[in-house]
Amino acid sequence: MSTLGTAGTKRSARHLLKANAWFVFAFLYVPIVVLVVFSFNDSERVNVWQGLSARWYGEALGNTQVIGALRVSLIVAISSTIVSTVLGTAVALALDRYRFKGRRALDGTVYLPIVIPDITMAVMLLVFFAEAFKLIDIIGPRFTLGVTTIALSHIAFNISFVAVVVRARLDQFDRTLEEAARDLYATPWRTFRRVTLPLIAPGIAAGALLALTLSLDDVVISAFTAGPGATTLPVYVFSTIRQGVTPELNAISTLMLAASITLVVASLALQRPRSTTP
Amino acid sequence: MPSLRRAKPAATQPTPTGPDAPASSTPTGPDAPVPLTPAEVAAQRRRRRTGTLIATPGALYLLIFFVVPLGLITVYSFATRTATGRTSLSGWNLDSYERIADDVIGGIIARSAWLAFLTTVLCLVVAYPFAYYLATRPPRLRARLLVLVMIPFWTNGLVRIFAIRFLLGSNGPASALSEAMGLGTFRILFTPTAVVLGMVYGFLTFMVLPLYVALERMDWRLVEAARDLYASGAKAFWRVTVPLTRSGIVAGCVLVFVPSFGSYVVPEILGGAKTLLIGSYVARQFQAARNWPLGAALSVLIIVAMLVAVAINQRNSANAERTQGVAR
Repeated sequence: MSTLGTAGTKRSARHLLKANAWFVFAFLYVPIVVLVVFSFNDSERVNVWQGLSARWYGEALGNTQVIGALRVSLIVAISSTIVSTVLGTAVALALDRYRFKGRRALDGTVYLPIVIPDITMAVMLLVFFAEAFKLIDIIGPRFTLGVTTIALSHIAFNISFVAVVVRARLDQFDRTLEEAARDLYATPWRTFRRVTLPLIAPGIAAGALLALTLSLDDVVISAFTAGPGATTLPVYVFSTIRQGVTPELNAISTLMLAASITLVVASLALQRPRSTTP
Repeated sequence: MPSLRRAKPAATQPTPTGPDAPASSTPTGPDAPVPLTPAEVAAQRRRRRTGTLIATPGALYLLIFFVVPLGLITVYSFATRTATGRTSLSGWNLDSYERIADDVIGGIIARSAWLAFLTTVLCLVVAYPFAYYLATRPPRLRARLLVLVMIPFWTNGLVRIFAIRFLLGSNGPASALSEAMGLGTFRILFTPTAVVLGMVYGFLTFMVLPLYVALERMDWRLVEAARDLYASGAKAFWRVTVPLTRSGIVAGCVLVFVPSFGSYVVPEILGGAKTLLIGSYVARQFQAARNWPLGAALSVLIIVAMLVAVAINQRNSANAERTQGVAR
């Protein structure tokens, strides 16, 4: 198709299309760029430009609350990524390759955590943990909301995202390669280890990076499953924003931005279909 | 998580190419209705067992941490709130649902739906020509532009909304700029306008991606044929291009409307007292207001709205696949 689409459109329409595209890109990027620029502002007041300085980065990194929240964020992100990558990949494989009881139900359910608005998922999990704690209290140990409940909640939504990404990869998979391995008397396990896994590895890696990104980005679900002793960095930022914008917040936000852009670029690089695959 | 994550329509591939690729949407499965030998039956049973084994841990996790909570919130929506704000799981009633119709809550729901609708329309109006532009670029440029679209899409949603807050702040950069230009101060922060702007900013890519996929997959020869039959450019667009990309339009609208309707972070940061939306109202019921049954009932309402939207989308994309199959 390439140029056909434009061939039919009038010149004025073409200019409008181009202008609109520029507008959209500006709309997407200008606020981010302004934020980043102002994070290097030396001034106490966010709106007065006083000169370039990394002062607020120093303040932010010297804030024990920030560092504590960052620690929680990292623990939650890494643990939930590991668990959800394993479980999500398994679900994707099962849905793509096998027929089993409850397959349709699983297929229908696995997408729901992706579509459901965050706030709904958050209060669902809050109610769930409240009830679960009541049950556990009867048996003995006392549990409260904290790092563990945040991580458990993040796994719940990340399984779905990993499953979707890995499944997209499995869709493009050349099945004949597996058949060839089997014809050469490879056991199912060996076929999986030596053929399937290496071929879908980029998909799994992309899924894991996505899970990591989403876990580091989540505010709402973390806010409702976090306890008094443990908040994540986005939850800290969210509750601080409501008291007003500070230059320190600009600096923290820019750091978070840098982290997530790094992860996105890595993930996009992984997902790019390679020319060698058919 | 900020919602920024419904990349699904972009991720799924069209029907696989291969000898066994029917034009239907049935998942590619190993079994077809052919008479089987006992050995094959045994092999099939073994595969079935392997499938169950692989699926179980993830399925169990989703059952415990998603399906059970979903059931619990439904149960809670029929419970009673005691005078102290606790939830009494006895004396089931529909009180919380009855309150949905009262003026205050009904107004909040109507406002949420209205702002979500505005957001969806704005996104569609901006994203369609944008996606059209992307889809008609040469392949290499297209890939690069697509990366530029994806980067903000997966970038921390909270930080992006914070950026808007910072930009629009009463004495933030946007205001300073307009003052310098002699346009006077402008105050849109904490108004419904700011909330809609923030939601468009947050969810625009959900609209762009499915539209892009639909336009890119479209058979442009059909547009050409319409032009050959002396349809004007506008007529070819409205009668051919738009109907052929309907699946993308519906998917985009669903993907924007659902998170906008239930959004919480955006109105909390950019909205004011006059823009209380259902997401924030639900949150309050579980925080200071301590009325869990009411919050639960409103959550159920959001879930039902979501399921309806998803069902519309699925029916629509199934239809689209069928018509595309015919067109080929």
